[in-house]
Amino acid sequence: MRVGVVRFPGSNCDLDTVATLMGIRGLSPKLVWHESDELGKFDAVVLPGGFSFGDYLRAGSIAARSPALSAIRRMADEGKPVLGVCNGFQILVEAGLLPGALLRNLSLRFVCQWVSVRVESRRTPFTALAREGQVLRMPIAHGEGRYYASDEQLRDLERSHRVVFRYSDGSGRVVDEANPTGTLGNIAGISNGQGNVVGLMPHPERCCDPALSPWGSTDGRLIFESLLGGDR
Amino acid sequence: MLSRATTKKRIFHVGVVISNKEGARDPEGETVLRDLVHRSGFADVKGIRAGKYLRVDVEAPSEAAAEGLVRKMCDDLRIYNPAAHSIVVEAGRLPE
Repeated sequence: MRVGVVRFPGSNCDLDTVATLMGIRGLSPKLVWHESDELGKFDAVVLPGGFSFGDYLRAGSIAARSPALSAIRRMADEGKPVLGVCNGFQILVEAGLLPGALLRNLSLRFVCQWVSVRVESRRTPFTALAREGQVLRMPIAHGEGRYYASDEQLRDLERSHRVVFRYSDGSGRVVDEANPTGTLGNIAGISNGQGNVVGLMPHPERCCDPALSPWGSTDGRLIFESLLGGDR
Repeated sequence: MLSRATTKKRIFHVGVVISNKEGARDPEGETVLRDLVHRSGFADVKGIRAGKYLRVDVEAPSEAAAEGLVRKMCDDLRIYNPAAHSIVVEAGRLPE
């Protein structure tokens, strides 16, 4: 499977993502500049983390108007898997491919820590190999990750099971103490209606190699290996 | 030349203020209110909302036209995220 990893000016998780995907048999990643017109030939796309366009105006808001997003919109319509990680999630939200907004953390701080995240839905190409309720250990690193949506949007998300990940404690209980940013409903990731577009704040690419985790966590692999199939 | 002068365009300064909607918490405003303003004795101040300000310089035939263009720009380019933000678009006043 050919996976495009989009690099914007200010992306900084792009090479980590490519390196991680190269380590998964069956995935063939390639770095793609955001102004390139070659995205259409890929089977899936990842928007990596970073600070695209310096987070100017609002994280993700300028990248959301980049040429890459026209191609990504088409890929999303065609049902191809689209994943946004951290700044990539912010870009998908600002482009309107996912609903809501990602606001500054309630603490006003850039939060950089390992968290536990519970898988709420396996009906996406990025969670097909997970068990519902499975707890993954992943790191977060962001200043604007407090998910916000109107009451109506939130009801719609919950009703249609489009909340994909929630911050939880280690045993999977979704409690306030496990909420690192004040995000609504402990939401860490959501999908579009079809399920093929997913955004999440935690960084799966940073927990695929045991050397990168204090716990030897390779939980992030599940997200990328799911791309290769599962019983969706 | 005379008719051209009557429709002459000029530059208008249009201010755009983007802030969180009432339902979306604004930790910056809350902190300024709690830890600076109330702590310093300004008890009559009942609320502060922080926002982002953009000054847009627009060439237009009138103030109303300048405001209209900026409003359209804000909507079309999602200068604000309507899920979480509200905006005020106002021509003519410059920060001192």
